[in-house]
Amino acid sequence: MSQIHTLTMPKWGLSMTEGRVDTWLKQEGDPISKGDEVLDVETDKISSSVEAPFSGVLRRVVAKPDETLPVGALLAVVVEGEADEAAIEAVVQRFQAEFVAEGNADQAQGPAPQKAEVAGQLLRWFELGEGGTPLVLVHGFGGDLNNWLFNHPALAAERRVIALDLPGHGESAKALQRGDLGELAETVLALLDHLGITKAHLAGHSMGGAVCLNIARMAPQRVASLSLIASVGLGEHINGQYLQGFVAAANRNALKPHMVQLFADPALVTRQMLEDMLKFKRLEGVDGALRQLASGLAEGDTQRHDLRHVLAQQPALVIWGGKDAIIPASHAEGLDVEVLLVPEAGHMVQMEAAEAVNRSMLAFLRSA
Amino acid sequence: MARKISYQQAINEALAQEMRRDESVFIIGEDVAGGAGAPGEDDAWGGVLGVTKGLYHQFPGRVLDAPLSELGYVGAAVGAATQGLRPVCELMFVDFAGCCLDQILNQAAKFRYMFGGKAVTPLVMRTMYGAGLRAAAQHSQMLTSLWTHIPGLKVVCPSSPYDAKGLLIQAIRDNDPVIFCEHKLLYSLQGEVPEEVYSVPFGEANYLRDGDDVTLVTYGRMVHVALEAANNLARQGIDCEVLDLRTTSPLDEDSILESVEKTGRLVVIDEANPRCSVATDISALVAQKAFAALKGPIEMVTAPHTPVPFSDALEDLYIPDAAKVEAAVRKVIDAKRSAA
Repeated sequence: MSQIHTLTMPKWGLSMTEGRVDTWLKQEGDPISKGDEVLDVETDKISSSVEAPFSGVLRRVVAKPDETLPVGALLAVVVEGEADEAAIEAVVQRFQAEFVAEGNADQAQGPAPQKAEVAGQLLRWFELGEGGTPLVLVHGFGGDLNNWLFNHPALAAERRVIALDLPGHGESAKALQRGDLGELAETVLALLDHLGITKAHLAGHSMGGAVCLNIARMAPQRVASLSLIASVGLGEHINGQYLQGFVAAANRNALKPHMVQLFADPALVTRQMLEDMLKFKRLEGVDGALRQLASGLAEGDTQRHDLRHVLAQQPALVIWGGKDAIIPASHAEGLDVEVLLVPEAGHMVQMEAAEAVNRSMLAFLRSA
Repeated sequence: MARKISYQQAINEALAQEMRRDESVFIIGEDVAGGAGAPGEDDAWGGVLGVTKGLYHQFPGRVLDAPLSELGYVGAAVGAATQGLRPVCELMFVDFAGCCLDQILNQAAKFRYMFGGKAVTPLVMRTMYGAGLRAAAQHSQMLTSLWTHIPGLKVVCPSSPYDAKGLLIQAIRDNDPVIFCEHKLLYSLQGEVPEEVYSVPFGEANYLRDGDDVTLVTYGRMVHVALEAANNLARQGIDCEVLDLRTTSPLDEDSILESVEKTGRLVVIDEANPRCSVATDISALVAQKAFAALKGPIEMVTAPHTPVPFSDALEDLYIPDAAKVEAAVRKVIDAKRSAA
């Protein structure tokens, strides 16, 4: 019994239409397990590895290094069991004959983020998947719903998953009232009301983790579980220089030394990532919102809020990158919850080790 | 994902958002209303290419058609700026600058300096420049160098819809006179532009491409020519860094020097005539301050020292194109090889 799989160019985020093949991490003839990183792909926004969604032997590498291919294009053929070259060739021929690139993003059909006035302010959110107890993804300080681009589709395979832009971030309204964690938590609760969701799993990254903890504190009955990734609120330390430097940086040269601290691999901070961040920071109201939030999160290198006492109420999963330079991974120690530590990842662990994070979260959510 | 709009719509949106925010902002120029509001006319012109279309009705009394006298209405705008308003005047073609130069050169640019900072002149002069529209020598010039030469003026030359909106908002909020140069061939260019209000700071070049081999410094429409050349050269293994100056005054000297210190090679691309120009200015800057980093002579790709020709064939030859940029890049790379 054999199966011939086609590995294709992934779609990371809404705007991705094509990717450039960087390096093959596996060679023809190599055995592959589901979840293995097979090749590196670079887009105008981001670089990452393509993980095998199936196991088998890499029998045919179709895409060459440096080749730029549309989303969905054939990258390689992986065979589970036996298949002769003629059968593989036939699969490649048929794929290439039938493949039609979906065209540019303007015409691309498919799910798109929504915007609406929620509790009097403009909010943007993006829904994927359906069924089950919904999961809400809450990004961190200075982030937006795209921080989940490697996680959102995978998590949505098993339930309705909603990623939002917090107030002051992304394409949501920028003006904050008090500018504290409570206000952000109230906004997430208002979105749950707006969407008719009584109870949800919450996942938060960094400051978003503290927002989730706050929701659990304010409305425990509405929280099915907590997935806290490199979260604020679980210990004393935070890199205050990062917070202040990120807020103050007004150009690429000032911003870059702070952005590279977010990742274990500094090469992930591309020119486009910096430019996108500057574009966000130039929007009217963002500077004020970030300053308000930063001063509410920390004083110097010390976090203002310890929310560990909230943890006992719901099932919780804590995830950390061992090379986190913003909030130390040691904060995951001594907690009476399930912990995933990814030694080689930085603060943006859900991007740098997406597969491990997704696998761990899916298993946790199934049992929670 | 941000929506896409044109360079022209981006300028219109910046004007509308700033007029909504600040009642002291108004528009004056030839045909900026263009018959709108006259009996039987709804919203006729909105400028010779329609950039201000729709604003007349949104902002009653704040979009003013001027008689065909640049000296008169530019002077009125300069005066209004000194009295607490924020005029955006439109010089239809930059080629008409001669008719109002005194108001800009000898009045607006000098007030803050001559009155010891007690007077400000928050004036924006939007103006259309550039060759390629078969409009001959009197409607096709690029006079950025002329403006950049004058202390007291800020000079802005956006290359994309995103920059056009953000730089125009910055220009309107700036307390000094700003010459805002719009290339007529860029008006239809589409690009992602946030609906929200934002401003792009002056004096901050935009890195449009990272590269280690050669630095291409340019601005305005030539940014697209430089990028086309850089893409072609990348396929031949030559990596160009492309810097879009965004503003020629103030000039982001640090970014230029930093890039040349990395690559050791400089090609400046400028649609303007070459003598006493932005291209020569940047070449001089790098020769003075980064000489030790240079691996070979600096190259300039510019229009020739002639008026813009009316003949299609000659105008096409006149405007710098990707092939000329690629040839210049190969020349600076070869200069290194022969020296080594």
